[in-house]
Amino acid sequence: MKETEKTFLKKSRKIKNNPWSVVYACLVYIFLYMPIAVVIAFSFNTSRMNVVFEGFTFDWYISMWSNTLLMQAFKNTLIVAFVSTLLSTFLGTLCAVGLNRFEFKLKSLISTSLYIPIVIPELVFAIAMLILFTSVNISMNMATLIISHVTFSMPFVVITVRSRMAGFDKSIEEAAHDLGANELHTFTRVILPMIAPGVLSGAMLALTLSLDDVVVSFFTAGPDSQTLPLRILSMVKKGVSPDVNALSTLIIIGSVLLLVSTTLIQNKLEKEG
Amino acid sequence: MNSENVIVRLNEVEKEFDGVKVVKKLSLDIKEGEFLTLLGPSGCGKTTTLRMIAGFSEATSGEIMLEGVDVSGLKPNERNVNTVFQNYALFPHMNVEDNIAFGLVEKKVPKAEIKERVSEMIKLVQLEGLEKRKPAQMSGGQKQRVAIARALINKPRVLLLDEPLGALDLKLRKQMQLELKHLQQKLGITFVYVTHDQEEALTMSDRIAVMHEGVMEQIGTPDEVYNHPKTKFVASFVGESNILESYVRSVDGDLLHIDLEAGKAALHAKGFGVEEMIYICVRPENVKLSETPVEHFSIRGKVIEHIFAGSVVKTEVELLTGQILKVASHPNDDHVEVGKRVYVHWRPKDAIIVHTVEEQIYNVIEQTTEKLYKEMEGVDEGED
Repeated sequence: MKETEKTFLKKSRKIKNNPWSVVYACLVYIFLYMPIAVVIAFSFNTSRMNVVFEGFTFDWYISMWSNTLLMQAFKNTLIVAFVSTLLSTFLGTLCAVGLNRFEFKLKSLISTSLYIPIVIPELVFAIAMLILFTSVNISMNMATLIISHVTFSMPFVVITVRSRMAGFDKSIEEAAHDLGANELHTFTRVILPMIAPGVLSGAMLALTLSLDDVVVSFFTAGPDSQTLPLRILSMVKKGVSPDVNALSTLIIIGSVLLLVSTTLIQNKLEKEG
Repeated sequence: MNSENVIVRLNEVEKEFDGVKVVKKLSLDIKEGEFLTLLGPSGCGKTTTLRMIAGFSEATSGEIMLEGVDVSGLKPNERNVNTVFQNYALFPHMNVEDNIAFGLVEKKVPKAEIKERVSEMIKLVQLEGLEKRKPAQMSGGQKQRVAIARALINKPRVLLLDEPLGALDLKLRKQMQLELKHLQQKLGITFVYVTHDQEEALTMSDRIAVMHEGVMEQIGTPDEVYNHPKTKFVASFVGESNILESYVRSVDGDLLHIDLEAGKAALHAKGFGVEEMIYICVRPENVKLSETPVEHFSIRGKVIEHIFAGSVVKTEVELLTGQILKVASHPNDDHVEVGKRVYVHWRPKDAIIVHTVEEQIYNVIEQTTEKLYKEMEGVDEGED
């Protein structure tokens, strides 16, 4: 038994050492990261044109701060992303806990209908939001933008939290009650710590979805609440200025830091959980 | 019934799920400090009964009294009982100490006292050195100790245990059975223990309540339940047994001569008339085989198999009617060869008459109608 296991392991190791698999992996990574590398490289370019690299400069990192339109859009994006992530994480977690806890009529219908915002084309969803807001005479502003973002990102939170809860033993909750905890303490002391990794990854999903959304934002943002993706989109006609590259580079660095820290936190939670 | 300290009283408790009665008219008094086991096969209503005492589910009708107070409507956290769950139900994100301290933190006990009581508990269940371990880093037996400590630290009046040893291997289970029993004797807390393992029930309990299809068929000490089963089900579920249908042929003092399909037999019993149909139960260890007929007996059969099971040899004897009779004997005894014809007999005092459930229900109906008649008579007199 042991011998065959060993030879099997050796074989699988050999496949890993196949030189072609290394080449293939490199190609995949080049394909994935080339565009990002280009953006970072051109953010240091002295030329205004994103075509040839003429010389190295930090100028764009300074000038971008005085580009008020760009900065305003960036600020809007951060506000919308932050608020909508908080709201959708809160609502989505409550929804998941409720769906896990209670049995009621039409439960499967309700839980399936949560997937609709995920499944339908984003354009259809965006137009639906637009029609809804205009039909009740709400003009587009920051609030409509946030509501729309919460609507499409909440189902993702529900899904991640529910999948985290799926394997849980219901008697853990009963044990907490049995030991004297009321509903609130059962939630804060037992359920929440157990689902924390799911809540965190749901929040990360909601955040990234909100940060780079174009389609829904295009229809539901007001003139005073243009987000960064919309701003860049409108700049495309005249040519994207290099300070956008500089800002993008900063955003990439920020995202990587965020990703690393959440992974670390999640690993810690998993170890505890 | 009333004189001894009754700590839990179930009075005609019933539970219905979707129109199906899983517990039927259950009345049971649990005395303070006793180790009571609810024994029965899966689906007999034993766990449901336990959950109703704990407060996880409400009785459809009837009343449950804890320390003389009706607890219907009280939530689990408002009842002075604690539960040990089958799959431990430990809080996975807390270490051993925090798990055990959970109930005390809820009660807002001062920190210093919590620390002291937790370490006391850890010593009691022999988990010293594992205080900082998480449930995922422990074995099944260790987890169960944490679960027991966590429930006991609240000093409950009654500890409810729902098949707590079900997930452990045989050897560990046997060891934990003894430990639990000793723990119960040491602490003097009432234990209500649910199991489907009759051997476990016999080993640990002061009293056993045998349940079958929602009905409590018998309650008594392990000795009573094993040696004097009242129903066919109890006889067949608790220990191995041979249940035989027979008719009374003649009565000779307290010796009853009976006819089985396979032949004649005899047993000690009183109060039965000729031609009455009775079910008798004979334990395998009481069945004897011989090559020559024995007085009062004429049952013949053929030895078909010997199974060596360590401390006993289990023999199967096929009667002329095709029924298989289980026989158990000591490995050092002489054993009749397989295929040989033998006579089957037992000491008349070793066979027990077991009533069927139908008979018991009939008795209950008879008693209640009698009671009703009496009450009606009473009312008539009052009117006069």
